[in-house]
Amino acid sequence: MTVELLIQLLVSGLGMGFIFALIAIGLALIYGVMGVVNFAHGEFLMLSMYATYFAFALGGLDPLVSLPFVALAMFGFGVAVYYLLMRKVIGGATHAEIFATFGLMVFMQAAAQFLFGADYFSIDHSLLSGSWRVGGITLPMPQIAAAAGALICTAGLYALVFRTELGRALRAVSQDRVAALTMGIDADRINALSWGLASACVGVAGSLLANFYYVFPRVGAVFVLIAYVTVALGGFGSMSGALVAGVIIGVLQVISGLFVASTLKFVPVYVLYLAVVLLRPRGLLGRL
Amino acid sequence: MDHRRKRGSARRALLRGFAGGCFALLLGGAVLGTSAAHAEQVVRIGALYPLSGAVAKSGEDTLNAVKLAVDVINGKYPDSHLPFAKPGGLPGLGGARIELVAADHQASPEVGAAEAERMITQQKVAALIGTFLSSVAATVAQVAERNEVPFLIAEAEATPLTERGYKWLFRTTPTSREQARDFFLFLRDLNATREQKIKTIAVVHENTLWGQEFGTSMEGYFKEFPEFTLAANIGYQQGTTDVTSEVQRLIRLKPDVVVHASYDAEAILFAKTYRQFNFAPQGVLAIGAAFSSTAFRNALKDDANYFLVREHWALDLAGKNPLTAEVGKLYQDRYNKAMDGTPARAFLAMMTLADAINRAGSTEPAAIQKALQATDLPPSSLIMPWDGVKFDAKGQNTKARGIFVQTLQGKPVTVWPFNIAQAKLVWPKPASE
Repeated sequence: MTVELLIQLLVSGLGMGFIFALIAIGLALIYGVMGVVNFAHGEFLMLSMYATYFAFALGGLDPLVSLPFVALAMFGFGVAVYYLLMRKVIGGATHAEIFATFGLMVFMQAAAQFLFGADYFSIDHSLLSGSWRVGGITLPMPQIAAAAGALICTAGLYALVFRTELGRALRAVSQDRVAALTMGIDADRINALSWGLASACVGVAGSLLANFYYVFPRVGAVFVLIAYVTVALGGFGSMSGALVAGVIIGVLQVISGLFVASTLKFVPVYVLYLAVVLLRPRGLLGRL
Repeated sequence: MDHRRKRGSARRALLRGFAGGCFALLLGGAVLGTSAAHAEQVVRIGALYPLSGAVAKSGEDTLNAVKLAVDVINGKYPDSHLPFAKPGGLPGLGGARIELVAADHQASPEVGAAEAERMITQQKVAALIGTFLSSVAATVAQVAERNEVPFLIAEAEATPLTERGYKWLFRTTPTSREQARDFFLFLRDLNATREQKIKTIAVVHENTLWGQEFGTSMEGYFKEFPEFTLAANIGYQQGTTDVTSEVQRLIRLKPDVVVHASYDAEAILFAKTYRQFNFAPQGVLAIGAAFSSTAFRNALKDDANYFLVREHWALDLAGKNPLTAEVGKLYQDRYNKAMDGTPARAFLAMMTLADAINRAGSTEPAAIQKALQATDLPPSSLIMPWDGVKFDAKGQNTKARGIFVQTLQGKPVTVWPFNIAQAKLVWPKPASE
């Protein structure tokens, strides 16, 4: 019983953890390349969840089918946000960057409420509905798929950043912008690429999440707070740090929810976060 | 995290500006509205509702019911069976009309108190009614007490409001503690019809004031109903991303019944997680409308069936009570929207107040207070499924009753009290596929 329960909790925790990680990786990527925190990141997640929902409700497209399209559209959206908004404010005052993304957050939330209302929408059945039972353990399909998808997506992004020429350029800009410029790297394009990739990541996360979580205008706020903690815990700008931290947070909150008290289930997460920040200010895998 | 603080304060400032704008508009409207009518004798009643801010929609729906009640009282409805509908005006005051002075309290206790003060001192209202939110009712009650003007709480449920011994405060709606008691009454009633008794109850509640108070109220009744035992009282953080650990605890405890106090979002999340882990207690009961809301039904489709919700009122009771049918139709025709439990309670409160003023035969607050204290309305005059309206020494109505509504084939249907049920209760909850 206890072993089964532990495995069950581990499975559920890992499922949530990979989703947290995938959301956080986008945040870490933009920060790593540009040194900007995207406050509208949660609203990007909301947008992709609405896109997935409407593709399902109006077009009859299963989230699994619409996923690549949502990711692609979100890539375009991220690039557009960079060229139309971020490019105009970077290099100026830090306030300008903060308020630009903050304003975008307020705008997107209000726009969603205006267009879709405050109601909760959810996808009631999809290819991924249902659950497997192995022994006494329930493996909820949508969560398992979400974890797998998040893992694949992370691995893909990792390969892109660390194994390709484009990734090398991306890392170069993130490490030393001026040196990268003198090497003939177009930093502007790299910035746009990082916004596109980050948005695509959150697009995948939104698509996977829409399988089992409901969509409403403020859904981004629910997840993005955890994403901020994940990024800070893993180390600002570190993708692998975000992955590790996401998984730790996912598992820790499920386990403490059962053994501590459910109202306090995020307390151990924040305690861990504080401890890491105190003892290792750059985060688990961050560089200074 | 200082960016969070920044975010919060900026949002607050924005909201404040917006609310202020709405308020100014509204104030203009209220002043224009009041200067219009003067001809015959009028009784001024002040209505305080949240008409801007997060709960504006509910505030508007509820105030609409008060307006409807006032129109029924003032107008001539020869075919109606509702009290005061036929003659037009209050016969006890020579056919006096009621003039409603409405104000927006913006969901703010301070604004509510200021508006109440203004209504009493400047607009000379004979009584106050409102306020949808308990937090606002608390400050308005103080103002009413100090100025010695009756204040009738129509929908705010927080138990402590009528525990302070105020002399000018009355409340028709049941308190949240009384609502908790209905769960036990229902289960006791159900046990009387069953061989296999229901024994263990788990309470799951969100942890803002509403959920917490409900959880504590539930715990308090196990002494009075010793046949039941508390399996667990689980509070959870509102706005949580997953409830696996909460559901795992429930699975381990195997309670016969789970009683919920949740808002829409987590109601959906819990129901989905129950299905995922095949957690199947005999029944899931809830306070508040979340487990039978449209969003809930849309999200869960067939799985939304069999959840039970403690309600104040249901349109399907029209079969048993012609007044319910009448008022439901009036509301629907006028506002193009189905009436639900909260507007129904507001309508009833306005009718109760009119009855007291009519008996008082005066617009003097003290006379109305006396008449309210003597109120004893029979069930046949009410649109609610209650035993009547009669206030105790603290001003709390002692004859309010709850009903249970079960979603059957996608529609909420009254199933308890058994003598007014519109369909047979399905118990235990059939296992889902």
